[in-house]
Amino acid sequence: MSSPAVVSAPQDDPAARRRKSIFLVFCCTVLGAAAQIFMKLGMEHFTLSLPALLTNYLLILGYGLYGINTLLLIVALRDGELSMLYPIIALTYVWVTLLSYTLLHEPPNVYKNIGITTIMIGVAVLGRGGKK
Amino acid sequence: MNPVLLRSMLLVFAASVVGSFGAVFLKFGSATVGRSLITFVNRNLVLGVALYLGSSVFYALGLKDGQVSVLYPMVSLGYVWTMVWSRIFFKETFNTQKLVGLGLVLLGVVFVGMGSS
Repeated sequence: MSSPAVVSAPQDDPAARRRKSIFLVFCCTVLGAAAQIFMKLGMEHFTLSLPALLTNYLLILGYGLYGINTLLLIVALRDGELSMLYPIIALTYVWVTLLSYTLLHEPPNVYKNIGITTIMIGVAVLGRGGKK
Repeated sequence: MNPVLLRSMLLVFAASVVGSFGAVFLKFGSATVGRSLITFVNRNLVLGVALYLGSSVFYALGLKDGQVSVLYPMVSLGYVWTMVWSRIFFKETFNTQKLVGLGLVLLGVVFVGMGSS
């Protein structure tokens, strides 16, 4: 078992730690979006019985990705500012919207397109706003 | 206002508050996390995850029969609370980029909500 001090030692450079935490949250949003899509697909053949739930691989995959997502978020929060990192999670909306267009064949929508563009600009601004 | 929408709005509001405290406890609990998975099992992280799960139940109930165009933007209220808690509990500073960035994210979520109704 490694102590926290040993783990954080190679990352003394605050700028590198900050970049790493932003990158981790970015990964979280991709995983979170994939999880949502898998869960949505899995819920399409949802039945409340144990054998059905245990073989609903899409739903299980969705929950598993959420678990990994949470672990990554925790590591990111350890090394970065909550106030900068947390709103970046809104990128999930961007990926979910794009995945619904491509995988779920939802029709493109002008409001959604304006929304996800605005979110991306907002996240870019946030990424520059953390403690230097 | 119709009672179903009001109920949904209250549920989503509650979810945003509960979820923002989830983030606070994840941040508290993250301080002692290392490479080993066992370091992720501590009181604050368990509480943080529990609050997250709790908030997702409120969200699901709220979004079930409410108008998404009204409720989606309310979901993102959680970002506002979290920014306030980061200042109070972790002494993080507000600056122009954070406030402008948060404002743009909220505006974007409002648009996504409008497109989802």
